Amino acid sequence: MLLVVDSLVKRFGGLVATDNVTLAVPAGQIHAIIGPNGAGKTTLLSQLAGELRSDAGTIHFDGEDITALPAHIRAARGLARSFQINSVFKDFTALENVALAIQVHEGHCFRFWGQVAKDAALQSAALGFLAQVNLEERANIIAANLAYGERRALEVAIALASRPKLLLLDEPTSGMGANESAEIVTLLAKLKRTLTILLIEHDMNAVFALADRITVLVYGRTVAAGSPEEIRANTDVRRAYLGEDEDF
Amino acid sequence: MQSRTVVAAVIFTALALVPSVATALNQSFYIDVGIRILIFAIAALSLDLILGYGGMVSFGHAAFLGIGAYAVGILAYFGVHNGLAQFVAAIVVSTLAALFIGAVSVRTTGVYFIMTTLAFGQMLYFLAVSMSKFGGDDGMNISSTSDFGGWLDLHNPIVLYYTCFCFLLGFAVFSDRLVGSRFGMVLRAIHMNEQRAVAIGVGSFRYKLTAFVISGAMCGVSGALLANQALFVSPAIMHWTRSGEILIMVILGGIGTLFGPIIGAVVYLLLESTLSRITEHWEIILGPFLIIVVLFAHRGMLGWIAERRRAPTK
Repeated sequence: MLLVVDSLVKRFGGLVATDNVTLAVPAGQIHAIIGPNGAGKTTLLSQLAGELRSDAGTIHFDGEDITALPAHIRAARGLARSFQINSVFKDFTALENVALAIQVHEGHCFRFWGQVAKDAALQSAALGFLAQVNLEERANIIAANLAYGERRALEVAIALASRPKLLLLDEPTSGMGANESAEIVTLLAKLKRTLTILLIEHDMNAVFALADRITVLVYGRTVAAGSPEEIRANTDVRRAYLGEDEDF
Repeated sequence: MQSRTVVAAVIFTALALVPSVATALNQSFYIDVGIRILIFAIAALSLDLILGYGGMVSFGHAAFLGIGAYAVGILAYFGVHNGLAQFVAAIVVSTLAALFIGAVSVRTTGVYFIMTTLAFGQMLYFLAVSMSKFGGDDGMNISSTSDFGGWLDLHNPIVLYYTCFCFLLGFAVFSDRLVGSRFGMVLRAIHMNEQRAVAIGVGSFRYKLTAFVISGAMCGVSGALLANQALFVSPAIMHWTRSGEILIMVILGGIGTLFGPIIGAVVYLLLESTLSRITEHWEIILGPFLIIVVLFAHRGMLGWIAERRRAPTK
């Protein structure tokens, strides 16, 4: 198992945002977390990434207990996340965004003289990641000037560029049109097996197309977990979240 | 050529010509004004490095100016006039001070960072006031300029001018390289979006602290130069209003432009030296001028120049 989460808890005052969540993700799989708004999906992701401290429970990553490690150390160990709201370095070009992630991953950041813009190896590596998300032609555009969908794609490219073992994706297709959304799904399907992904997603077509396992969260609690077929067949899930009558 | 390079070339050529022009016009007074401008340009440049590229609004930067100047003054008091020793002391002490002040203040952001650096600046100010051995509130005279043997006579205003010029040029080149380097990219990334930077594995504290220390050390050098020009040092050099002046120079010239703050220092000190001869309340004229620049020039005067240059091609 690449990621083992055991009885994780997060409280905000009286509200229990994450209530004894337990899950395990084996290497090479895509694990989706679904649930209605306010189910605590992003909270859980932030706990895994290390931005929020957990009140109880443990997180093991790649065989090690990372529960107490700060976010940047977890990232350096191979746990990369993307954000639900576009979060890129907006004054950098697309290329600079990705190049930054690469240089941080390489760990050579205390260099004060050599120019990043003239570092051919870094630039071509960054172009490679942009090509994976079909952004290589937009490489020199300032991120703030990219279209919404392009920024979502850049977000994924940045996460990939830090060569993670586990990718935490927070609604990678949110706000996207059907075409753009389909492109991201194709990309993620391509990454499957070489990368392990924990995915929060609202688009059920995407979830059922990609996921090997699904965990359903409601009010911070796991109400069901299983293969896509099991989740589809689960009557509790239908009632609690998917809607009794919805046909999917 | 990039407009940035053109502006830098124009600034440094103009600054390099000041002593010749002043001598030709028989106005050696302007060499002294020029030296002050160069010294404060170094201070403003050092502040812009952390303010413009790291988002750290230091309101206590004059502390490093004071540390550099007092390093020269105190060593001279004890009879150590060796220039190398004085400048190394100025750099080492301002580095250590920046390391300590930074280690505390860099953990905070926004208003809290401003207040913390202001507090440290004022603490050092009052420390200087309390050092009665070194003149206390009145300050102390320095008997002679830093002694670099026979080959650099800082007592000669033209030599001092070009020494300051070389330091400024060196620091400007270094800073320009730094902001485009791997370190600089990380620093700017933290400034733009710290949460994202952390998520790709950046431990932001050590980058911000390193930048703060580099900036503090550069400003310390400008203090050592200032002591050589004035041959006098007093606590007033690190009063918080002095930190404010350096901040105004950066804002006037353009935050995050490196060369802008040099223009800012030129404009501020020229205004000061000309207007203060007309009225002692010269800030009455400076104030509205500053407001106009902030309102109408998006990134200070340098930003304004850059936008004019780009406009016709649009």
